[in-house]
Amino acid sequence: MNLRQFMIPRYQAVILIVLLVASVAMGTGLWRLRETAHQRMIAGMDSAPTRAPQVAPEEQATLLVANDDDDSLIAQVHSLPLLDDPGSRARAVLGKLLDLYADPSSTHPVPGGAAAVAQVFLLPATGASAIATPAPSQAGRQIIRLDSAGNPIEKPRKPKDAAAANDMQGEEPLLAVVNLTGSFAASHPSGLEVETLTIQSICATLHANLPRVTAVRFLVDGQTRLTLAGHADLTRTYLAGDAIPNQ
Amino acid sequence: MSEGLLTRPRSTVCECAIRGFYIASLLAFFTTPLQSALAQAPPAPAGPSARFVVVLDAAHGGNDTGAQLANGKQEKALTLALSVRLRSLLGARGIQVVTTRESDAAIDSNRRAEIANHADAQACLSIHASESGGGIHIFMSSLAPKQPAHWAAWKTAQAAWVTRSTALAGEVNSALLHAGFNVTLGRTTLPAIDSMTCPAIAIEVAPERDANHGVTAELDDQDYQARIATALAAALVSWRSEAHQP
Repeated sequence: MNLRQFMIPRYQAVILIVLLVASVAMGTGLWRLRETAHQRMIAGMDSAPTRAPQVAPEEQATLLVANDDDDSLIAQVHSLPLLDDPGSRARAVLGKLLDLYADPSSTHPVPGGAAAVAQVFLLPATGASAIATPAPSQAGRQIIRLDSAGNPIEKPRKPKDAAAANDMQGEEPLLAVVNLTGSFAASHPSGLEVETLTIQSICATLHANLPRVTAVRFLVDGQTRLTLAGHADLTRTYLAGDAIPNQ
Repeated sequence: MSEGLLTRPRSTVCECAIRGFYIASLLAFFTTPLQSALAQAPPAPAGPSARFVVVLDAAHGGNDTGAQLANGKQEKALTLALSVRLRSLLGARGIQVVTTRESDAAIDSNRRAEIANHADAQACLSIHASESGGGIHIFMSSLAPKQPAHWAAWKTAQAAWVTRSTALAGEVNSALLHAGFNVTLGRTTLPAIDSMTCPAIAIEVAPERDANHGVTAELDDQDYQARIATALAAALVSWRSEAHQP
């Protein structure tokens, strides 16, 4: 067998060897680049806390929970970890309220949960009252107050956390700007009653826990939106105090 | 002086007429945006009148489908069906009816209020439908009552009529309760209602439910719709009697 017939010319052999060496060199280079990028990514994902986590003590908060069956708000007292910062408190109580609505057995089923509240900003309410509209209040309805176990409460509790927040921040009235997520608004059931109850319960819950919050405005994904889900007006400033039904 | 006017040459009189027309046109041009931004307030919210007009506002329409109801129905179709049914019943009782829409047309809330305000109606009903809750939900504007003024802000024009709207809601509530419906009363912020200068309420129809929250009549149930329309017609006839009392 003549091996010479299987041999390739010298120049082709040289090219082949050069290409082979280049491939190996490039592969090695890519591998090293990948390792470098991986190390950089791990360094970026360093999750070492830069600030100690705040452990808030549990306090009682009053939530005005909507009930679609009789168009009422039911006051329930829940224990929640609440920070001193009023903005964080506002977001925490609204998050808990919307978590209750996201529960399948809710009396006011609305998907979304606590994640539906993107931010709550508290601003001085100067001038807000001039353009404010009373929050949709109920006509001739009794308010029912229950604790988290479902037992009726004789007298509505004035939240001490709210009073403490007042002491810390003076008596200046505040405007709460509640920024909801677009997914919450998109998935909210459409209807006059159900949308009105959502707005009413948010306003009443904010005012019950932060009495200095006298007005509430709503944004969706940071933008003004005409209605929540086709009915309730979101372009207006609501007076939070009027949202609590007469007893 | 009058002699001078009478003896003025014809061309001068014509010039005066043209100038007057020009000034009137200018005035009309500049006051039109003002009229759209402001609603002319009512002369007097209460007062017997021989003329009795009811405005029926079937909510949503066109691209605005409203709520998705059971059995694939849409709120806009149900509100229109109820509006047409109620219009027929009121017409048969000799009540003049103005509707904001007669077809699947998109109408914004400002236009709805404009139609109602131009009709100078004694009752305005905005008809809605929802799967939430049960029975009939009656809503009035949440605006604080105000004294009527010559001009009112467009977005809060209903404030001067809130007291009359509350009375209308009471009348409708009584009729619906008498007809055996489960009724809830509330206040809401609905742009169309808030700009109306007439006694105005929103009626939201929900499925009829029993004590265990089971549905006993769906919204597309023809008999259920007929019972609602009949009760509303009875309420408006009663409202007319009250409005015509000296």
